[in-house]
Amino acid sequence: MVRFENVGLRYGLGPEILRDLSFAVPAHSFQFLTGPSGAGKTSLLRLLFLSLRPTRGLVNLFGHDVSLLTKDGVANLRKRIGIVLQDFRLLDHMTTYENVALPFRVMGRDESSYRKEVIDLLRWVGLGERMDALPPILSGGEKQRAAIARAVISRPHLLLADEPTGNVDPTLGRRLLRLFIELNKSGTAVIIATHDMTLMDQYDARRLVLHQGRLHIYE
Amino acid sequence: MSNVEQHGPLVDLGNDRPQLPARARNLSPIVPRATIAGRALVAVVAIMTFLASLTTGTVLLVSASAAEWQSDVASEITVQVRPQTGRDVDRDAAAAADAVRGQPGILDVRPFTKDESAKLLEPWLGSGLSLDDLPVPRVVVGRVQPGSTLDLAALRKAVVQAAPTASVDDHRAWIERMRSMSGATVFAGLGILGLVIVATIISVSFATRGAMAANRPIVEVLHFVGAGDRFIADRFFWHFLLLGLEGGVIGGGAAMLLFGFSESIAAWFSGTPVGDQFAALLGTFSLRPSGYLVLAVQAALIAAITAWASRRTLFKTLDEIE
Repeated sequence: MVRFENVGLRYGLGPEILRDLSFAVPAHSFQFLTGPSGAGKTSLLRLLFLSLRPTRGLVNLFGHDVSLLTKDGVANLRKRIGIVLQDFRLLDHMTTYENVALPFRVMGRDESSYRKEVIDLLRWVGLGERMDALPPILSGGEKQRAAIARAVISRPHLLLADEPTGNVDPTLGRRLLRLFIELNKSGTAVIIATHDMTLMDQYDARRLVLHQGRLHIYE
Repeated sequence: MSNVEQHGPLVDLGNDRPQLPARARNLSPIVPRATIAGRALVAVVAIMTFLASLTTGTVLLVSASAAEWQSDVASEITVQVRPQTGRDVDRDAAAAADAVRGQPGILDVRPFTKDESAKLLEPWLGSGLSLDDLPVPRVVVGRVQPGSTLDLAALRKAVVQAAPTASVDDHRAWIERMRSMSGATVFAGLGILGLVIVATIISVSFATRGAMAANRPIVEVLHFVGAGDRFIADRFFWHFLLLGLEGGVIGGGAAMLLFGFSESIAAWFSGTPVGDQFAALLGTFSLRPSGYLVLAVQAALIAAITAWASRRTLFKTLDEIE
């Protein structure tokens, strides 16, 4: 599903922050991406999400060499990827419900076809009572849950999550992890970037550890 | 392609499942209209359309008046009979009139009397003029049958034979001058129109860039959820098309009202000295229905240009946003 070969990344003329990354993410797999702060976890996620291009090496995503993709090609691949960013990126003029339903609107689906699914998911992540609230009045944890719901609602083939439990209490963190596991069981490959050891200890999964720009894999 | 269609529900709420069906929702627009500097853009497009309409309307008026003058002047010939010592100018004028009358293609001939000649000179020489004291030429005006071609050489020969001091003026020089004047007016009008359209495109491009900058976070999120540039551009495009149409209707409508109002003012003053002078200079100050149609089409064209310019800028800007 995802294959990196000797991938390097630098910003501008600065030092290489990711060096010689070679790894694969199989379909239906589950992995944690971890490492100290500043190790390049977010940069690696951005490479996987195609919002950054590597400065060297080969990135192959769903069978496509990303260096050859057009803008439309990138947009089409992104429809198969869900992402949860640390800064949530919710649209402030839309309600929680509308934010979560946004991927379906972009797909051109009719509202009646996804309404129930969105509401069920919002209840599952504990936002049943906040469906009509606008993001500016949501707490950090609520925003995070809304961002997670938006990323998983369309059942992407690949889910990328950057510190998805950073703003929630341990109980809700476990609940969200369960959601990711369920999603993985239904066929989605999941990569969770975190340095929360408690979260990683709750589920036995492959660990990708970034250290000084290099990747170490613990199966 | 997501794998949403291939599986059952993502989450099972068990007893928490709501018993009532979820109600339909009125979804917010993906790009909120308030984030686009709409009023300023509508004002710019309205002003540009107004100026373009004024230019076009004026060009149409001048062209119509020039055509009117040309056809008036071209349908007449003037014979000037100069007084000469030893000759009776009245008799020469009558002989010249007979010579003109005898030519094929002449509808009627009217020699101006002494009093009428005095009246023609009144604006320059004042009233109470005695023509006996001045060597004033007499004028004979012949009306040409529309569509006929006069044999000017034969006419000149006949007139000079009848009255040796007479000369024939077919107004060709006037017509040429008028033609070049109306041509220059139309050319200048087209130039102004071109400038107005360029200014509109620039203003709209700036407004679109501003709107895109204000909505950059929305564009980024739309990219995150897999929206292509075409989808995003379409969300903005309709806003700009509507703003363009709104501005076009306001600007074009105001110009049409102004032309209609000016027509009424001209009608009120008709018959007064000021009105007559104005009518003599500019002809009838009224746009034909086809003129109003041209203004309406122009307003729609400016709205379309607004939409096109914004779409072009949208795609250019989207290329810069990851």
